[in-house]
Amino acid sequence: MATTKVSFVDVEDLPDIAAGAAILGTGGGGDPHIGRLLAAAALRRHGPVRLVGLDDLPSDAVVLPVSLMGAPTVMVEKPPSVDQVALVVDTLAGYLGRAVTHIACAEAGGVNSLIPFVAAARLDVPLVDADMMGRAFPELQMVLPSLYGVPTTPMVIADEKGNRAVLDTVDNHWAERLARSATIDMGCTAVIATCPMTGQQAGESLVPGTLTLCRELGRLLRTSKAEHRDPVDGVVTRLRGGRLFSGKVVDVARRTVTGFARGEARLSGTDEHAGGELVLRFQNEHLIAEVDGVVRASVPDLLCTLDTETGTAVTTEALRYGQRLTVIVAPADPRWHTPGGIELAGPRYFGYDMDPVRFGEEP
Amino acid sequence: MRIGIDVGGTNTDAVLMDGDRVLATVKTATTEDVTSGIMAALDGLHRQRAFAPAAVRAVMIGTTHFVNALLEARGLAPTAALRLCLPATASLPPLVDWPRRMVDALSGRAYLVHGGHEFDGRRIAALDEAEVRRAAEDMGRHGVRSVAITSVFSPVNAECEVRAAEIVAAELPGVAVSLSHEIGRIGLLERENATILNAALRELAARIVDGLASSVAGFGITAPLYLSQNDGTLMDLDFTRRHPVATLASGPTNSMRGAAMLSNVDTCAVVDVGGTTTDVGVLRRGFPREATTEVTIAGIRTNFRMPDVVSLALGGGSRVRDDATTGARVGPDSVGYELTSRALVFGGDTLTATDVAVAAGRAEIGDPDRVARLDRDLVRATMDQVVAQVADAIDRMRTSPEPLPVVVVGGGSVLLPDALPGAGSVRRPEHFPVANAIGAAIAQIGGEVDRVFAIRPGGRDAAVAEATQEAVDRAVAAGADPATVRVVDVDEVPLPYLPGNATRIRVRAVGDLDLAYPGGTGAAVPEEP
Repeated sequence: MATTKVSFVDVEDLPDIAAGAAILGTGGGGDPHIGRLLAAAALRRHGPVRLVGLDDLPSDAVVLPVSLMGAPTVMVEKPPSVDQVALVVDTLAGYLGRAVTHIACAEAGGVNSLIPFVAAARLDVPLVDADMMGRAFPELQMVLPSLYGVPTTPMVIADEKGNRAVLDTVDNHWAERLARSATIDMGCTAVIATCPMTGQQAGESLVPGTLTLCRELGRLLRTSKAEHRDPVDGVVTRLRGGRLFSGKVVDVARRTVTGFARGEARLSGTDEHAGGELVLRFQNEHLIAEVDGVVRASVPDLLCTLDTETGTAVTTEALRYGQRLTVIVAPADPRWHTPGGIELAGPRYFGYDMDPVRFGEEP
Repeated sequence: MRIGIDVGGTNTDAVLMDGDRVLATVKTATTEDVTSGIMAALDGLHRQRAFAPAAVRAVMIGTTHFVNALLEARGLAPTAALRLCLPATASLPPLVDWPRRMVDALSGRAYLVHGGHEFDGRRIAALDEAEVRRAAEDMGRHGVRSVAITSVFSPVNAECEVRAAEIVAAELPGVAVSLSHEIGRIGLLERENATILNAALRELAARIVDGLASSVAGFGITAPLYLSQNDGTLMDLDFTRRHPVATLASGPTNSMRGAAMLSNVDTCAVVDVGGTTTDVGVLRRGFPREATTEVTIAGIRTNFRMPDVVSLALGGGSRVRDDATTGARVGPDSVGYELTSRALVFGGDTLTATDVAVAAGRAEIGDPDRVARLDRDLVRATMDQVVAQVADAIDRMRTSPEPLPVVVVGGGSVLLPDALPGAGSVRRPEHFPVANAIGAAIAQIGGEVDRVFAIRPGGRDAAVAEATQEAVDRAVAAGADPATVRVVDVDEVPLPYLPGNATRIRVRAVGDLDLAYPGGTGAAVPEEP
């Protein structure tokens, strides 16, 4: 029998988790700052959160991922509340007629990596050290459990006033559509609980270890400077990825298309990439990287923009002229590279008529 | 004629100017009461260049007094934060994430009541006036003397803040009230933090403003008095009493603007080399580029508009080490104010960047013989490193590939050569030790619009034109000479996920202070809901 790996997360771990989550956010996912403050409020009041490894999950466990849905620009003005996060869990448990035994993380990148800690602390339920993406993606159905037949619904969406809606839809795209319009009516920030699943389904479909990975990445950034190590090297090694390009941002173009922030950034190479040019195309998250006109990396792999000096993640919203960035690529969970995974979150879904370029198999 | 005064933590500097001409400059020690330091500075100017007090048309003052009060956590009023928000945002109450020391310094108290708006102007809940009254009573019982009121989405709709202010004023006469929509932008906690800091400074502001007014009047000057704001524009005394936070970053702003005026350029990089650090900032059409990220003051996150400045641990006092493996290394530590006793050229035993500059022949300071035998390779390597660091910082601050003139100021500026790679020749203005006071003296009057517009297809130009006209109107209403008003900044940011192609448009217009205009407030008019 495998040894049981239970660890605890306390308030002082949260800044590292937030810094690591910003990296896995691949340019999107929302600023983890508000998530960190909320998690800190919940942990200070209710105590540390028990983290359970995916291998240690009983197969009959009732696992429920919780997250935020809405506009990051609104979230910073009207942050959700701890009770609101707990409410979606209680409501879905009521609809299912079963108690939720474990909280899970929907998205290990950005603000949503911290929200499950709020639910787990407030409800005194263990948190699974795993998530549904291994990164950040913009839409509800872009999760690995979709590949295993775990539907997005029944799901619950709730606002801070106490309004709750249970959605039970004919398919996942309807769930995204109805939840998106409810979110806008709820004031553009809502808390959701989606994809209720058994311990066995979670064990098959989630990406293991991603919350402790966030914590490790954050710790790496924090300690690198003191230990005179290159933080970017540390991140690349830990993610088993590669450096794609180092350069300076020379142009950023943004536009809002159907509710998403799309755009491109252009980097002019420095150091070993002097004379070269990289173009990053993004929709909330980074989607495609072209070096000198050739696509060198794409979704579903992770494209992260890191400050060359500190290794800190830079979001697409914060990109601006003159920044020195290193763009790194890290392999996505291999299941994202199956035909089903590529259909959900490959370049074509985002409107680019091309096959994905996979890390390790570049032209 | 006009007078510019910079009241720093150590020195009070003053300049007498006629148009762009500097007639007299003086540096005196800042005094505890501020007032006598200013009197001494005015006396100093008068001794250098006699002037009739009646001939002075305006006095502009820049001060770091308020930011220093925050950094030292002293002189802060007992303050309450009232948030109009319930049932939203209750988990992150006011003062969350503040250092304990700062909460204690202002005896901070937090109150949450029902109210506030959604992003699109709908109400979260009606303002609960009875709750506001009860909160005010409790504040009164606890000796609160200043109140910061923040409503969710008040930059979209400020009616809750305005109404709550009326109630608090009625319940607690004599207590100062600060409203968040007049102080910050979207970002609840950061805007609220800025408003609380403002509230905590209100009593100090009243004292300082009275002192400034009486010292200038005591000299027989009857001209209006203004203070310079973070963005390089002016505010009158009444506005300063209500918005002391608007001065927090005026120091670096005035120094950059003063340096640029002295060099006769309005778009440039300004490099200020001190004893311990070097600050690099960029002026665009005469005004500093603002930082886009959150700014932390005394450990508190705010979203003030602060100049975007890169600081390097490099200055005239930086220690220089000759390491066998890594070669010459400059800084990051510095001998600081002990330069004149510890540097080799002053007979000390520590090798500093100033010693190397003297050995390289760039400066004549102290006794050059003491560094005559320094290793030439070390000198060259050190100077190359200094140049590389500064050139790199300038390059980081550029906003476009066009060449950017570089203005170099500060006591440590002897470290830099007359040309920098990628930047071309550098300018070294005269009078740079009083650049701050000159920056204050040349400050202008501004007007600003910062709002979310729903842009219909093809309607972008009309929305920008509407915002621009409003900004110009505001500058004129605040006292700018209409003939001189120009738009200095237009910024558009599309907001993701919001319906209706919502775009935040920010426009800033500035003009020269119209001294003939009687109705000007000398300050940006706050946006009406």
